[in-house]
Amino acid sequence: MPKQTFILNGKSVTVNVADDVRVLWVLRDILKVTGPKYGCGINVCKACTSHVNGKAFNPCAVRVGDLKSTDKVTTIEGLATLDGRKDLHPMQQAWIDRDVAQCGYCQPGQIMEAVALARRVRREGRSITEADLDAIRNVCRCGTYTRIREAVVQGARAMGPND
Amino acid sequence: MTSTISSNLDEQDEGAGVTGFRRRRFLGYVLGGSTLIAAAELSFAGSATADGIPSAPQIPEVYDLEDAQTDAALPTSQLIQIVINTDGTASFELPRSENGQGVTTSTAMIIAEELDIALKKVKVTLAPARPELFLNQLTGGSNTTFSTYTPIRVAAAIARRALLDAAANRFETDAERLEVIAGVITNTATGETLTFGDLAEEAAGLFDREVEVELKDDAEMTIVGTPRGRDDARLAVTGAKDFAMDLDIAGALPTMICRAPTLNGTPRVLQNRSAILAMPGVAGVAQVSTGIAVRARTFGQCIDAIRAMKVSWNQGSVEGESDETILAELRRAELPFTPVSQVPDLPLLGNKTHELSFEFMFRSSAALEPYAAVADVRADSAEVWAGLKSPILAQQDIAKMLGLSQEQVTVNVVTGGGSFGHKLFSNHALEAAECSRALGNVPVRLMWHRADEPRQGRLHPMVTSRIRAVTAPALIGTGRKVFAFEQRNTSVVTDFSHGFGEVITSTVADLPAGLGELSLSQTIFVLTQELGYDFGAVTQLLNEVDSRFNTGSMRNIYSPDTRVAAELMVDVLAKDADKDPLEYRLEFLRNEETKRALEKVAEEGNWGRRMPAGTAQGIAIHKEYKGVTACLVEIDCRPGTVNRDIREAVTGPRVTKGVFAIDAGKVINPRGLEAQMIGGFSDGIAMTLTASVHLKAGHFLEASWDNYFYTRQWNVPPALEVHILPSDKSTPGGAGEAGVAATAAATACAYVRATGTMPTRFPIAHDTSLSAFTPKSFVPPVPPSPTNGLKLTR
Repeated sequence: MPKQTFILNGKSVTVNVADDVRVLWVLRDILKVTGPKYGCGINVCKACTSHVNGKAFNPCAVRVGDLKSTDKVTTIEGLATLDGRKDLHPMQQAWIDRDVAQCGYCQPGQIMEAVALARRVRREGRSITEADLDAIRNVCRCGTYTRIREAVVQGARAMGPND
Repeated sequence: MTSTISSNLDEQDEGAGVTGFRRRRFLGYVLGGSTLIAAAELSFAGSATADGIPSAPQIPEVYDLEDAQTDAALPTSQLIQIVINTDGTASFELPRSENGQGVTTSTAMIIAEELDIALKKVKVTLAPARPELFLNQLTGGSNTTFSTYTPIRVAAAIARRALLDAAANRFETDAERLEVIAGVITNTATGETLTFGDLAEEAAGLFDREVEVELKDDAEMTIVGTPRGRDDARLAVTGAKDFAMDLDIAGALPTMICRAPTLNGTPRVLQNRSAILAMPGVAGVAQVSTGIAVRARTFGQCIDAIRAMKVSWNQGSVEGESDETILAELRRAELPFTPVSQVPDLPLLGNKTHELSFEFMFRSSAALEPYAAVADVRADSAEVWAGLKSPILAQQDIAKMLGLSQEQVTVNVVTGGGSFGHKLFSNHALEAAECSRALGNVPVRLMWHRADEPRQGRLHPMVTSRIRAVTAPALIGTGRKVFAFEQRNTSVVTDFSHGFGEVITSTVADLPAGLGELSLSQTIFVLTQELGYDFGAVTQLLNEVDSRFNTGSMRNIYSPDTRVAAELMVDVLAKDADKDPLEYRLEFLRNEETKRALEKVAEEGNWGRRMPAGTAQGIAIHKEYKGVTACLVEIDCRPGTVNRDIREAVTGPRVTKGVFAIDAGKVINPRGLEAQMIGGFSDGIAMTLTASVHLKAGHFLEASWDNYFYTRQWNVPPALEVHILPSDKSTPGGAGEAGVAATAAATACAYVRATGTMPTRFPIAHDTSLSAFTPKSFVPPVPPSPTNGLKLTR
C-alpha cells in the first residue's frame, strides 16, 4: 500500500493508504484528527475547511496522493499552536468573545475559513467588506450567521502579520 | 467519596396560594449513597386567565404543551441528583440532550446560583438512558429549562443546606452563623473556613435524611440572569468538542448504508457482493432493513463501495407521487369552514368575508451533523453512543430489535451537532445497532451520507392552511371588527412516535375537557396554537392524511406555517379596517406582554419609515413556550437584489434588517437566549423564502446543501437586533424554538407589502429553486467525492 507523507500541524506524518482516499478521511479515520467535520463530502458545506500552505481548502475534495511531502496541512487543532503560540488564535478568541458557537459542529470550518479570508484581504491590502461576508459559503444549520459575521471582523482586526 | 443529594418536590406552600411562588418550602433528601425514590408533586397551575376578554380563551392560554410536558415530568423529577465531590466541584447528569441550545450552560448557572459555588466548578454532563426516569428524559418542545428549573434548584438548595449543616456541626455552631461565598463556608464568629470539598463526605451522612429548604429570591440572584458564554465554547473553537463520529471507540470502523432510489424503498439483494468485499478498505457488507451496509477502514471507502454496489430494490412508500399529487390529496381532505350564517352575533349588513389559502411544502429538518451513531453489539449486550433526544425509547427499541433485555442495552447520549427536532427520532442509533449485529457483532461508526438526509431523512410535513375571517361594522363604537377567524390546516401526518406521544397521553386525564378525544397530533396542535388576537369566534384546526412520509417535529412544529398564514390574514384585515398593520394589531391583541413586544420592535425598528419602492417592512407576533415574541423585518425585493448572481445559490428577496423581541419570562442566560433567537431568525427566513424539498416520481430531488436552500450568509440581514424584555415572572419559558414563527410571518408580511402580491406557496422560491441545481443521481444514491480541491484553495 502506498505511503503518503505530508506535514500535518507542523509535523511530518506518513500513512499507508491508497492514493485516492480523500484527505478528510485520512485525517479523521486514520490519524484521528477530528476537528475537520463531515457535512457533505462534496465540497459544499465547508465544515471540513482546513488550510494547505496557509490557504483554505476542503480535504473532502483532495486525494491524499495529490499532497506533496512538503505540503503543510493545518487543521483547527493546529491553528493556535503554529508559530510557537501557546494560547488561542485571535480568530478563535473572537469566536469565544462573541459566543458564536451553538452546536459547534460547523465552527472549526468557519474559523479556518475566516482566517483564510482575513489573510486574503490582507494580501489584497484591504479590509473585510459585507460582500466578503456574504460570499462565505460555510453552512451553519444552527443559523448563528450574525455572530459569525461579527466575529470574523473582530478576529481579522486582531490578527497580527504572522497570524 | 461523594455525597449524593436528591430532591423531592413535595413542596409545602406557605399560604401564598398556588400562584404565589415566593419562599415556598420544598422537601428533599440527603442520601448516603443509595438512590432515593419518593413521590412528589409540583403544581404550575393557574398561570393565565382570560377574565374580561371578549373571545373565549383558546386552550394554550390556560394549559399549553409546556404544562403537559411538565406535568408528565413531575412524578419522577425527584430522581435528579447533584453530587458534591471532594475536590469542591458539583456534578450533575442532565437527563436531557444538548444539541447547541445551551441547556448544559444554563443548567450549570442554575446550580451555581442556588448552591453558591463558582460557575466553573459545576460540571454538567448528559445522562445516559435511565429507564427509571420514564417520561422525564425527553428533550423537545423547548421544555428543558421550564420543566427542570425548579427541581434542579431544589436539589442544589438541599445540597447547600446539607453542607451548611455539616459545617455547623464541625464548627459547633448554628448554620445561621455561617456565610457561604463561592463554595467556601465561613464561621462569621471566628473567621474559620471550610470548603464544600472539605465537607462533601460528612454531608452525606450514614442514612437518608429529609431536608427542608427554601429557594433563593429572584432579587438575590447574581448568576442567573447574567450573560454567559457557552460552557463548551473553547472546546468548540479548538476542534476538541466531540460529536458521535469523533469518539474513539475501539474497533468501531466507518459504516454507511446504500439506500434505495425511491423514498423508503427496501433492499431485495446485493448482486455484486464479492466484488464489493474485494474493494480497498472494505471490511464487511450486510443487508439491513434500510439498505446495504458497508463497513470499511474509512468513510471514503464506504462511499466508493456504495457507488459500486449493484442492488435490486423493492418499491418505496410513495412510488410515482409528486408535490402536486400530495397537494391534491391534502386539498381533498380539507375541512370546511363554519357557514357564515352561523357566525355568532354577525350583523347582516356590511359584513365581508376574506379567505386566504396557502401551501407549505416539505422541508428537511436535517442538522449539519448527519444522522450518526456508534454501536457495539455483542451476543448478550449492546452499547450505543449518539445524539438522542429520546434515549429511553431508543434503548427499548434497540433491545426489542436485538432480542435483548432493556438492561442489556446501554445508550449514551452524546452532544449533538444540531437537532431542530431531528434527533427526537433514534433512526441512526437503531440502524447502527442493526448494522453492528448484521455485520457479525462488530463495532460500527454509522453515518448517513449528506445525500441521504433530505432524500430519506425526517421532514417537516407538507401542509395547506386555509383561513377565513368575517368582518362587519362594530356593534359598539366605530370601525370594523372581526366576528370569526377560522384556520384549517391540512397536513401530511406528523410522526410523533418518538416518545413525545407518551408524554402527552400520560397527562391526558389532566388535559382540558374535550382534548382527550383528539388524535395526538391534533392535541399537540391545539396545545400549541394560540392566535393571540381578539377576533370573535376563533378556531384553529388540524386535519391529517397520509402517513407514508418520514416526518417529525421540525423546530417550532406547526407554528411557522400557521403563524405565516394568520399574520398575512391580519394584514388583510388591517387593510379592510383601513388601519396601519401595527396599530391594528395593537388594537386587537389580547395579551399585554405581546403588545409590549410588538411595540418594542416597532420602536426599535422605526416602523412606518419611508422606504423605496420594492422594499418594505413587515411585522408579526407569536405566543408559545410560556413566552411572547415579536419581529419586524425589512425586505428588499428589487430586481438588483432578487437577481444577485451567486453560484449554486438561491438569492431572491433579501431580508435586510431584523428586529426581534422576546419576553421569555425568567431568563437564565440572556446571551444564550439571544443566540437561540438569532438561530430561530435564520430558520424563519428560510421557511418563508428559500428552504424546501421537491417530491417528484417517488423521491425527493435534493441531495446537498447547494440543493436544499437553508439560509446562507448571502440571505442573512447585515443587521439583526434581539431585544430581551424584562419580566417579573419567576419561571423561565422556552427558547429553542421561539425565534422561528414570528420571523417567518414578519418576512412573509414584508414580502407582500414590498411586492403587492400575495404568495400562495411557501417557501416563495419553491417553484424557482428547482432550476438552481441539477439533481444528483439516484443510482448510485450518493455523489462521487470531488478531486479538484487543490485547485480551489483560497
